[in-house]
Amino acid sequence: MHNLQTLTALGGTQPRVDTFPHITITENDGVALASVAARVGKQAACHKVLKKLLGGVPETGRAVLHDPEAGFCMGPDQWMLGAPKDTHEMIADQLKDLFGDTASVTEQSGAWVCFDLRGPAMEDMSERLCNIPIRQMVSGDVRRTVIHQLGCFAIRRLDADHLRIFGPRASAATLHHAMLKAALSTA
Amino acid sequence: MTQKNRLSGGQIDLNATHSFKFDGKTYQGHQGDTLASALLANGVRLMGRSFKYHRPRGVLTAGSEEPNALVQLRSGARQEPNTRATTAELFDGLVAKSQNHLGSLRFDAMAINDRFSNFLTAGFYYKTFMWPKAFWEKLYEPIIRKAAGLGSLSLLDDPDVYDKGFLHCDLLIVGAGPAGLSAALTAGRSGAQVILADEDFRMGGRLNSETLAIGDESGADWAATTLAELGALPNVRIMTRTTVIGAFDHGIYGAVERVSDHLSMPQTGKPRQILWRIYSKHTVLAAGATERPIAFENNDRPGIMLASAMRTYANRFAVTADQRVAIFTNNDDGHRTAADLHAKGVKIVAVVDVRAVAPTSMDYEVLHGEIVNTKGRLGLTFADVKLANGTERTLDVGALGVSGGWNPNVHMTCHQRGRPTWNDDLAAFVPGGTLPHGMIVAGAANGDLSTHGALRGGAQAAKAALGLKGRLPKLPQAEDAPVNVTPFWYVKGASRAWLDQQNDVTVKDVKLSHQEGFRSVEHLKRYTTLGMATDQGKTSNMGGLAIMAELASKTIPEVGTTIFRPPYTPTAIGVLAGRHTGQDFHPKRLTPSHNWAEERGAVFVEVGNWLRAQWFPIEGETHWRESVDREVIATRKSVGVCDVTTLGKVDVQGADAAAFLNMIYCNGFAKLAVGKTRYGLMLREDGIAMDDGTAARLAEDHFVVTTTTANALPVYRHMEFVRQCLVPDMDVQLISTTEAWAQYAVAGPNARKLLEKIVDVDISNEAFPFMACANITICGGLRARLFRISFSGELAYEIAVPTAYGDALMRKIMEAGAEFDVTPYGTEALGVMRIEKGHAAGNELNGTTTAANLGMGRMVSSLKDSIGKVLSQRDGLNEADDLRQVGIKPVDPSDPVPAGAHLMNADGPVDAAHDQGYATSACYSPNLGHSIALGFLKNGSDRMGERMRLMSPLTGVDVEVEIVSAHFIDPDGDRLRA
Repeated sequence: MHNLQTLTALGGTQPRVDTFPHITITENDGVALASVAARVGKQAACHKVLKKLLGGVPETGRAVLHDPEAGFCMGPDQWMLGAPKDTHEMIADQLKDLFGDTASVTEQSGAWVCFDLRGPAMEDMSERLCNIPIRQMVSGDVRRTVIHQLGCFAIRRLDADHLRIFGPRASAATLHHAMLKAALSTA
Repeated sequence: MTQKNRLSGGQIDLNATHSFKFDGKTYQGHQGDTLASALLANGVRLMGRSFKYHRPRGVLTAGSEEPNALVQLRSGARQEPNTRATTAELFDGLVAKSQNHLGSLRFDAMAINDRFSNFLTAGFYYKTFMWPKAFWEKLYEPIIRKAAGLGSLSLLDDPDVYDKGFLHCDLLIVGAGPAGLSAALTAGRSGAQVILADEDFRMGGRLNSETLAIGDESGADWAATTLAELGALPNVRIMTRTTVIGAFDHGIYGAVERVSDHLSMPQTGKPRQILWRIYSKHTVLAAGATERPIAFENNDRPGIMLASAMRTYANRFAVTADQRVAIFTNNDDGHRTAADLHAKGVKIVAVVDVRAVAPTSMDYEVLHGEIVNTKGRLGLTFADVKLANGTERTLDVGALGVSGGWNPNVHMTCHQRGRPTWNDDLAAFVPGGTLPHGMIVAGAANGDLSTHGALRGGAQAAKAALGLKGRLPKLPQAEDAPVNVTPFWYVKGASRAWLDQQNDVTVKDVKLSHQEGFRSVEHLKRYTTLGMATDQGKTSNMGGLAIMAELASKTIPEVGTTIFRPPYTPTAIGVLAGRHTGQDFHPKRLTPSHNWAEERGAVFVEVGNWLRAQWFPIEGETHWRESVDREVIATRKSVGVCDVTTLGKVDVQGADAAAFLNMIYCNGFAKLAVGKTRYGLMLREDGIAMDDGTAARLAEDHFVVTTTTANALPVYRHMEFVRQCLVPDMDVQLISTTEAWAQYAVAGPNARKLLEKIVDVDISNEAFPFMACANITICGGLRARLFRISFSGELAYEIAVPTAYGDALMRKIMEAGAEFDVTPYGTEALGVMRIEKGHAAGNELNGTTTAANLGMGRMVSSLKDSIGKVLSQRDGLNEADDLRQVGIKPVDPSDPVPAGAHLMNADGPVDAAHDQGYATSACYSPNLGHSIALGFLKNGSDRMGERMRLMSPLTGVDVEVEIVSAHFIDPDGDRLRA
C-alpha cells in the first residue's frame, strides 16, 4: 500500500466548505469519475451494460441518479459515470471489466472538481453563475454550460435546493472564486 | 430650506427627508423624489449647460429620455458623468454637480460660443478647421474637445462590482405601465413563467403620472394593487430599476438592473448593477410612448419642458417648475396638464393651442396661436405669443409645458432591423416590419394611447403570445379618449429653435443640411448629429424628419426614419464587463504541484491560462540567468525534475485507434508496438506543420497522445473534427485527459537511479528502453504511467499519476532525489535544453514551416495517406533552396545571437531581397559557454560551417555567426539511450 497523500482540487488536505446564510458551497472530494463512450457498432451492448449498472441509459440532458453509481450524458453515446471514491477509487478498471470491448473507458477522477451548492438561494445563485434554465430544470436534468469562461456540467440533484457543478480541476480556484462572488452577490 | 415649489399629494414620502448637494449647495428632498424633482421643488430650474453653445438648460422630461439635465453624480472614484437627473433617485447625502461649464454654472465663460453660433453651425468642423492641416490634431481638436462635451471622468478605478446573470422565461414584459401590468396579470394568472421589467423604481408607468381612474380607484392605486397580486405569484418575477437595453438574436434580451444606484454605496459584496441576459420564448413590448416637443425660437430655456413631464412632476412628485405656468400644445393631451396643475393650485397663465378648435376652460384662458419666442437669461421669464388674429401677447411665466403629440417607443422593435411604419392618425411612427423573434407590441408603444387601449392591448398580447384560449379577462373601466392631434412640428420663421437639445441641433441646422445636399435621413443625422447623442434622439428625431420632409416636399414616411440600436439608454461600461476585471479577467489553470512550486519561490509565467514555473531562484541568486544556468547544468550533470502537466493529453481508444493516428500524423503509427512511444508530427491540410508530440501505445486499442501546451485545445478540436466529419465510420473514441494526470519529467544521468527508488517495476535500460511506455505502479501500489521520452536530450522519463497525487509525487521525487542533488527546473531551463538538443518548439512550428523545413521531410510517409501529405508535396514547398533548420553560433563567443534576427551572406547586399533565413529560438548555453540559436536557412543542410551575418537593422544587431548542426549537445543521442 502506498502512503502518498492526496490533495483536494483546491489544494487542501480537507475539502473546503463555505457557508452563507442562504447558501453552502461544498468542495466534494469524494466522487470518482470515468467517461464511457460506446464503441462503433456496439452501442446496443453498451446500453445494456448501462441499464444493468444504473437502471437506465442517461438520455441527452439527463442524469440517472442511481446509488452508488450515477451517470449523465455528455454527448452522443458518451457518458460520465461517477461513484463514491472511497469504494470506487479504481472506477475505470471496474467499469472496463463490466463494459469489456463494448465501450472505451477513461479515468476522469483527476480531471474535474466537484462543487455542491445547497440552500434556499441555490436558484438565485445559479442565475448569477451560468446560463442554465435552473427554474425549469427538474431533478436529474443536466446542462453543459460555461461558468466564468470555464466549461462545466451542472446537475440538478434529488433535493430541490441542490445543484452539483463539475468544472475543470486545474481551474478549481477560479471556479470557487466565481462561486463565492456569486454567493455574496445574491440577495 | 423651504421647498417653494412643492405641491400637495404625490407619491413621495414627506416624512422621509433627504439632504443632498447640488453644485455645493445643500437642499432637501423626500424619499420617492428624483434629483430633478427635488431640485425643481427647491426652485432650481438651471441644471446644466448645453453641449456646444453652453446654453443654460433645465429639465425637458421626467424620464430616461432626458436630453438636458445631465449631471455628475457622486464624487471621488464613484463620480459618474452624464447621469440624468430625471432618473437619479434621491438618497440622503447625494452629491451632484452640473457639468460642461468654465466657471460657475450661472456664469459660464464658454457661453461665448453662443455668440458665435453663426460660425458653429452643422458641419463647422469640416469647413472651419481645414488649414493648416497640421493644426487639426495638435490645436483645433484639443480645443474643441475641451470646449464641447459633457461630464468628465474621475480617472480612478471603479470601486464597485458588477455582475452578470441569466434568466429564462416564457414571457418577458418590457414596461410596467397599464399595458405591461395588464399583460403580466393575464400571463401570470395562467401559470406561465413571467418576467416583468421596468426601468423606473416605481412601477406603473404613466398611471403614476395621471389623475385618470381605473375602475373605482386611481391609476396609481390600481397599479399598486395589481403589483401586489403579481408579487404573490411565484411564477412572476418583478424587476424594478431594470432597463431592457436591447433585443438580440433568437429572443435574447439584455437588461441592466440597477441594484444599488439608489443607495449611497452598495452593500458589501453586492453589485452596483447586474447585466441580465434574458432568454424568453415570447416578449410583450409595452414600453409606452414619449411626448415630443414643438420647436420655436429659444425653446430651450430652463423652465420649458414637456407638458406630460409637468404632469408627472405635479401628480407623482408633488412638484411644479414654477407657480406661473403656460402650456403650448397641438393636441388635447396638453390641456390635461393645465387642468391637473390648476387643480393643484398652480396658476395657469394660458393654454396656447395651434388649433382653432380646441378644448376650453372656465378656469384659465385658452388662446389660439403659437409661442414665437421666449425670454430669460438663466430661466424662462416671458413667453411671446402670436395669436391667430395677428396680435401678439407676452405671458409672464416661469414654466412652459409643450406638447407636440406622442411618439410610440418603437426603439426595441428596430433592434433586429425592423422599420417602423407611419400612422397618420397619430402623426407618428408605429412598430412595423419584422419584429424581433417572438415580440408582440402592446399599449402606447403600439399606438394605443388611451388607458383602456393599453389594458386591452396588454391582455391581448399576453394571450396571443402564450396561446391562451378563452375570452379576454374583464377589464376595469378606464379612460378611452381618442387621439386628437394636428401635426405641428415647428413655428414658422423660427431659426434658433432647438430640435436636439443634447447635441445642440436647431431648425436652422436641418435647413442648412438640406441646402448643402445632405438630404437623406442618414446624411441628415450624421451631418447635423441630430439624434446621435446619448438619448438617441428620443425627443428630437421626429422634428428633424418633419422639417426635412417639408423642405424636400415629401411626406415624413417618404423621408423615412433612422434606425435605433441597443442600448436603449446609456449603459455603464462596467456592467458590460461584469466580474471579468483585473485578476478575474480570465480563469487561471494551476498544476497539481502549484502550491509546492510556490513554496519553492518559483517565478511563474502565464502560458495560455496555465501558470508555469519559469525558474526556481535560490538564496543568493539575483538574476534569472543565474537560476536558469544552474538548473540546466545540474540537470545535465545529475538529475532535474520539471512539471509537464500542462502538455495536452488525449486518450484515443477504439479498434481503429491506430488507423486514426496513422491518418492524423504524417509518420506511421499502425505498426507501433504496444508498450512503445513514438514522436509524431501533425500537418495541416495545406501541408504546413501543425503540432508535434508523442503517442504512447498502452494497448492494441489504446493510445495516449500528447500535444504542446499551447496547442492542446486546437489539436483536440482538430482530432474531433477528423473523427466526426472525415472518418465517422472509424471505431475511435477521444477524450481529453490533460487535467486528469499530473506529469513530471525526470531528466539527467541519475534519472533512472532516482526513479528506481519510487517505481515498483524494473526500469533498467533492457527492461524499459528509450521510447518505452507502460502502466505501472509506484510507491507500493499507486497507479501511474511511465514514458521514457526526452525533450532535454538527457536520459529522461515522464511519470504521471492521478492529479490528486501530483503534489505528493513531486515531494516524493524531491525526497528520493536528495542524494542526487535533484534540481527542480522551470520552463526557461527546459527551453535552453531543448535548444541545445535541437528540438523544435512553437517558435519553429510557427505556422509557416513544413516537415522538410524542420528537417523531418522524410517523416512524411509515402506508404500511407495522412492529412497534409498531398499538399506537402506541392512545388512551392519543395524548392531547391528551401529553408532548413540549422544551428547558429557566434564566431565571437561573447556575442549574442538574438531570435528574430535575419541571416545574410557574409559578403553581399543586406536587404530583404537577399535574405537567407532567420533565427527562431535563442538562449545562452551554460554547457557551451556562449549563446546559441536555432533558425531556418536557405539550403541550410548544405551550408554547415559557413560564416554569415546575423542582422537586425531595427535593433542594431550585426553579428558574425557560423552555421552548425542544430544538435549542439549529444548529436548521436547516446545520453538519452543510456
